[in-house]
This record gives sequence, structure tokens and C-alpha cells, in this order.
Amino acid sequence: MKKRIFILLGLVFLGLPLTACQANSTDGQSITAVGSSALQPLVEAVGEDYTEANSGNFINVQGGGTGTGLSQIQEGAVDIGNSDLYAEQKKGIDAKKLTDHKVAVVGITPVINKSLKINNLTTKQLIGIFTGEITNWQQIGGPNVPVVVINRAQGSGTRVTFERWALENRTVLQTQEQDSTGMVRQIVASTPGAISYMAFAYVDNSIKTISIDGVQPTNKNVQSDKWKIWSYEHMYTKGEPTGLTKTFINHMLSDDVQNNIVSKLGYIPINQMEVTRHLNDELQVSK
Amino acid sequence: MNDEIKEKLLKKSRATRSEFRGRIISFVCTAIIVTVVVSIFYFVASKGLATFFSNKVNLWDFLSKTIWNPGSTDSHGSPQAGALPMIVGSFAVTILSAVIATPFAIATAVFMTEISPNKGYKILQPVTELLVGIPSVVYGFIGLSVVVPFVRHTFGGTGFGILAGTFVLFVMILPTVTSMSVDALRAVPRYYREASLALGATRWQTIYKVVLRSSAPGLATAVVFGMSRAFGEALAVQMVIGNAALLPHNLVSPASTLTSVLTMGMGNTVMGSAANNALWSLALLLLLMSLVFNLVINKIAKRGKF
Amino acid sequence: MDSKKWDKIATGVLYFIAGVMILILAFLLIFILWNGLPHVSWHFLTSPAKSFQSGGGIGIQLFNSFYLLILSMLISIPISIGAGIYLSEYAKKNWLTNLVRTSIDILSSLPSIVVGLFGFLVFSISAGLGFSILSGALALTVFNLPLLTRNVEESLRSISGSQREAGLALGLSKWETVLKIIIPEALPGIITGMILGAGRVFGEAAALIYTAGQSAPPLDFTNWNPFYIASPLNPLRPAETLAVHIWKINSEGIMPDASQVSAGASAVLIIAVLIFNFGARYVGNHIYRKMTGTK
Repeated sequence: MKKRIFILLGLVFLGLPLTACQANSTDGQSITAVGSSALQPLVEAVGEDYTEANSGNFINVQGGGTGTGLSQIQEGAVDIGNSDLYAEQKKGIDAKKLTDHKVAVVGITPVINKSLKINNLTTKQLIGIFTGEITNWQQIGGPNVPVVVINRAQGSGTRVTFERWALENRTVLQTQEQDSTGMVRQIVASTPGAISYMAFAYVDNSIKTISIDGVQPTNKNVQSDKWKIWSYEHMYTKGEPTGLTKTFINHMLSDDVQNNIVSKLGYIPINQMEVTRHLNDELQVSK
Repeated sequence: MNDEIKEKLLKKSRATRSEFRGRIISFVCTAIIVTVVVSIFYFVASKGLATFFSNKVNLWDFLSKTIWNPGSTDSHGSPQAGALPMIVGSFAVTILSAVIATPFAIATAVFMTEISPNKGYKILQPVTELLVGIPSVVYGFIGLSVVVPFVRHTFGGTGFGILAGTFVLFVMILPTVTSMSVDALRAVPRYYREASLALGATRWQTIYKVVLRSSAPGLATAVVFGMSRAFGEALAVQMVIGNAALLPHNLVSPASTLTSVLTMGMGNTVMGSAANNALWSLALLLLLMSLVFNLVINKIAKRGKF
Repeated sequence: MDSKKWDKIATGVLYFIAGVMILILAFLLIFILWNGLPHVSWHFLTSPAKSFQSGGGIGIQLFNSFYLLILSMLISIPISIGAGIYLSEYAKKNWLTNLVRTSIDILSSLPSIVVGLFGFLVFSISAGLGFSILSGALALTVFNLPLLTRNVEESLRSISGSQREAGLALGLSKWETVLKIIIPEALPGIITGMILGAGRVFGEAAALIYTAGQSAPPLDFTNWNPFYIASPLNPLRPAETLAVHIWKINSEGIMPDASQVSAGASAVLIIAVLIFNFGARYVGNHIYRKMTGTK
């Protein structure tokens, strides 16, 4: 009896690679997009939408982070690399080989625990908080609660954007770090005196956003660049896209998708931006 | 006629052939595992050592410095990769949680095998096995919604820190250690107990002086497995420890472990860059430290044998 | 007298600790089930997940979890039994064997993310399996083998030497003795180890994020041809499991009912593990009775 089991298992072993070979040659095409977890829900939603309209074509979307997305597209191991940052901003990536497709814009806002009765901060105060000079909310007219700063993981796109546009590239204090927005939201919601930052799409009523220098974090303010803390979401391809990759990126950039799915998910459609921000931070008014 | 018998005697019997086959099969299985182990070691080591050889980080700096920012370089031009805070954090949570979990687990195992082998065993056995299957994410969330506020109210601070990590790990490794301790205790032959009881020893004396001692190596293995699970656990600890690459001042200030920094940074770094290599060095360190753990425990376990 | 008093005290303490343990475990289970069960419905169990609207289910993830579990156990059980037999019965007692044993122990303490990345680079990319159930299953095999092997070895070792001598005395070869006497006798221990391993597979997320992937493309449950791309049996499709799904919606989920889905999925996961454990135990006992002739 045992022997029979062994033989059976042996057959399964032999069978697997065979299955593997044949499965590759079946009809239906699929491409793989890997990278930024902030962009993942959007690409996933658009991918589902695309598959529904074009059956047999699968868009396989994986997370893994901006670093993974860029390294894998550079290696050519995947079809699309999703990134929160320009490839040039990431060390170890040769951006010349990659083609950038900006597919959406995300606005990033500071968020605080709801029990804090603070609605506005100046840029200086914000910098003070994140560099560790302000350690109690009392110092800026709040309640007597210690400041708990929750940062994002080193190298995360959200953090790079926030440090560049909200904190003027100051060195922030070493403090608690989290690598996912969901965690940040939960921690800020449950910890008195907590402050962090996240993309607009993730803000819900368990936490509170604040204005900076009187400017409110709204899509409209991002579109006109009154709210400075925003960044592009990129889909990188190795060289020019071809085949299904090309069709899918075009689908992603189509007005239909941009105006419906992109804004429904809380991202800002790329075609509604009134300005263009170049890699060197130069602004160009486009409308 | 004679030839037939001769041939039969000279030819290998069916049993011999199956013996040979069995030997080969089991050897091949072991070889597969060894290959996997070796390739993972090679994989981690080649990437982890690159920090020291190609990014020129001083090994001693890596072990003793406290600034962890491998993406940027210090005044000498080498990446700021000081792993001491994570080393301290990892050791602290692992040892503390094992220290708390071991008596619990062994006592429960003794209860299940010696005191109430029927009822206690029937209830506890499936439950412990069930708990192993709970994903660490769920443990992390219970930690976040129950343990962290509890620590904050009772001990002060933000609630995030080594203490919260210890609590979560304690619960996480409890089922593993318990169920392996049960196996170790059950492996003690029945006649050991009978002999001891026949000598007039009480049940507790039997447990303490005979059963526990003779199963010491097995119990030690159980604890090692628990510790290695605590050591390698990432997601749950990451949620409650606060992930601040700072030397912990006390048990309730945010700290970090090797795994939490490793898991957080992996997706955000580019393969082959200094920041990524530094993370692999942490993985290598993790391997080496568990090697040390293993050697120490093996020594203890050997002494326990008699 | 004194020793009797100690006996009573120790028994009391043991009862107390076992009680505390049961309380902790009960609290965990009740906490998860209490929070999760209200969100579980037939619809929740069978419908596919939604990426940003509410009302998504976990049907595909649930199926994926089971499929992945079966696949990875199919690979890891025979290897671990073979290696366990070798280490406990055949291997000579020398430094080399000890080295193998120690390295297996060390491997089991690797954080699963490292195993996941190893699997990603080796299985998904170098072997060309991509983000697929198969590379997930292989990564989980790597992750699980150390624990399973050690468990098999320990279980076999705990069988007393007289059983082996009896087998050999009957004229059985060593291999036959192992297969027909030692393994059946050690079966309960082995099965416990397998169940623990299966539980780990079920609950593992970090090793799968980079191998089996985090997306669950819609499946065509009417087509069971394993070569068809949307077939549930296709081992080369990406497959998000339940644990990965819980991780994902907790970390980056933007659907409004993310926390409910996560709580419900956790409860389902626990119930699935429960059913699986009891099932495996029942089958295991059945086989044990059949193989050993005990009642």
C-alpha cells in the first residue's frame, strides 16, 4: 500500500512539470505588473475592468513595493513595473532603459488622531513635529499630549514625497515606522497624540486631516498645485511597450478609465491636472 | 536443480533490493533538503556579505553602531548600517517571550500528559493545533487592538515596544512549544513512571525527577523551535513593536527587530543596491544568531541526557 | 508528609496554569469568531473579492488556500518522510549528520519573507514559473520542510528499539521494518506534525506575497481542465490565499468594508483550519487503526 502511494506521488511529481509546459501554450494572454502597493488597487481595478471587456486577456497585478517593481522591470522579469517615484530617484536603477507612463496623481496629507483639536499647522510647525523639536501638542496650542510621530518605511514613495514637499528635505527624527497605509491609519486612529501622513484615498472618518498654512488637502488644490504634497504614480515598461502591455497602458490612460475608475478610487486623474511637475521639480502650467 | 538454488542464493533477494531502493529514496530526500538548505545559505550569504565586501561597511560598525540608514552614507562614504538596535530588539523579544512561554507550555504539557491525559488532552490538543494555523497578521491585529492599548494604560508610553512584542510572541509560540513538549513527554517510556511510582515517589516527584529530566532534550528542542519561531516572526511583531531603529530605553519605548526592519525595507529597496544588501546582512545575521542558539541548546540538551 | 503536600501544591499549580492557558486560547478564539462570524454569509463565502467597492467575498481565496495547501503538502510530505527516515534510521552518528540536523534547525528560523524572496528569485523568476500556485507551493515546501523533517525524525526515534529488533528478527529488511512497523507505530506523531505544518501553510502570508502573488483572477468553475488559464486547477495561475488576502486588505485595502472583510476572513480561516484538523485527525486515526490492527 505504501508503495502504491509512493508511485502515485512520483506520478504527481512527473505530472507537474508536464502540466507546466502545456499550460504555457494555451490560448489567452496575460501580462504581469509588479510594484508599488499604493498603485496596486488602481491597476487591479482597471485590470479587472479590462479583462471583463476583453475575455482571455489577464492582467496579473502584484504588490511588493516600488523597489521590487523597478528592479524587476529593469531585469525584464515582468511586463510593467509600478512605482511611486521617478526611476531616477531610486538608487541602483538605470532609468534610461525604462519608459515612464504617468497614470495618476496621488495627494498626500498629514493625518492626526481625532481627539486632537487641531485643524491647521504651518509648514514650520509640521517640520518641528517631524524633526523632533516639538514633542508635545501644547507647544503649538493643542492639548497636553505628547506627540507620537509615525513615519513610513525608509525608501517608501509616500515618505520620499512627504519629506520633499512637506518637510523641505529635512532629516526627520528616528521614530516609529510602518510600511503600510492600513497600519498607519489604524495606529493613528487608536493612539492619542499620533500624527502621520497618507494618500488621500485612504483617509476615512477614523482619523482627521489637517490643512497646511491654511490650504486644505483637496483634489482641487492638488490639481492647481496649491497643495504641494503630491506625486505621480508611474507605470514603467522596459523600452517601448508592445502588444497587450501597450493596449493595457492605453486603456489605463483613456478618458473613460481616468474619469471613472481613477477618481472613484480616490486618485486624481492625470488629465485633470492643471500643472505638470518635471523630474527636476520644475512646474509647468498646462491648462 | 543445484544451479537454480545456487542462482537463488547468489541473486539479490526481493527484500535486499527493496532495502537498497529504500536507502536510496530516503537518501535522495535528505539530499534534496540539504540542497535547499545549502542554496538558501549561499543565497543569503552572498547577498549579505556584499554589504561588507562591495559596499565597504565595517563589520564591527555593523554590529556596534546604532544609526540605521543604509540608503545614505556617512562621512567616510560607507552606508550607515548600524544594526545594534535591531540586534538588541530581536534578542529582547525572543528571550523574554521564551522565558514566559516555557513554564506555561511545559506545565500545560505536563497537565495534558501526566495529570489529565484524557480530558485535558482531548480539549487542549486540537486547540493548540488550531492556534498554529492562525495567520500572524491576525495575531498582530489582536495585539494592536488589545495588547497595545493595555500596555499603554498599564505601563505608560505609546504602548508600542518590546513589551507588546513579547506578549504577542508569547501567545504565538505557546501552541508550538506546548504541542512539541507534549510529544517529548509522551516519548518517555511508561516503565520509567511505573518504576518511580513503585519506589514510593509521589506523582509530582515522578514528574519532576523522572519525566521532566528524561525528556529534557525533547523539551529543549521544543523551546528552540519556539524561540526560532519568535526570532523569525515578522508580520505580527512588526505591527506592535513600533519599528523605530533606536536602542530601546525601556520595555515600552518603540523598538525594532531584525525581521521587522527586513520585512519593511525589502519592497522599498532596489535589488543589488547598498540599502538592499544591508537588509540581506540582517537576514544573514539572523541565520548566524539562530546557529548560536542551536549550538547552545544542543549542549544543554546533551547534558540533560542520562 | 512533606512530599505529599508538595504533590498537592504542584498539582494545583498545574491545574491553574492549564486553566490560564485554556482561558488565553478561548479568549483568542472567541475574540476572532465574535468579531468575524457576523460578517460571514453564504454570499461572503462564495463570491469573488471586490477591489474597491464593499460587498466582496472570499470565495476564490478560500479555494486557493485549500488548493495550495494540498499541492504543497503533496510535495513536502514524501520528502520529509524520506529524509526523516534517513536521519533517524540510516544516517551514521557523526559530525556530518549533526551538521545536517543543525542546518535544518537553523533553516526553520528563517523569517518567511526571506524564504519568500528566495522563492521569488528561484522559482518565479529563474525557473520561469512566475507568480503562480506552483511557485507558492514550492516556497511553502522550503518553509515547511525543516519542521516536518524534524518532526518525522523525532516521531520515528520515539519508537522503542525492541520494535525494530522484532521486525529484523522476523526476517524483514530494515526498510521493510521501517515501512511496515515503525511508521505505522509513529503515525499519530507524524500526523500531528503534518497538521501543524498544514496550519502554518494555511496561515502563512509573507512567503506567498512574492510567490503565489496577491491577485486572485476570476476563475471559471465550470472548466476543470488544468491547462486552461482560468481553470481552478491550473497550477500556473496567480493565487491569492486567504491569509494573504487578510494581510493585503489590512495593509492597503481601500474598500469601505475592509475591516469587516478582514474579520470575517479571519473567522473563516480559523473554521477552515478547525475542520481540516479534525478531518486529518480522523483520517489519521483510521489509517493508524487499519495499519496497526489496534482498536
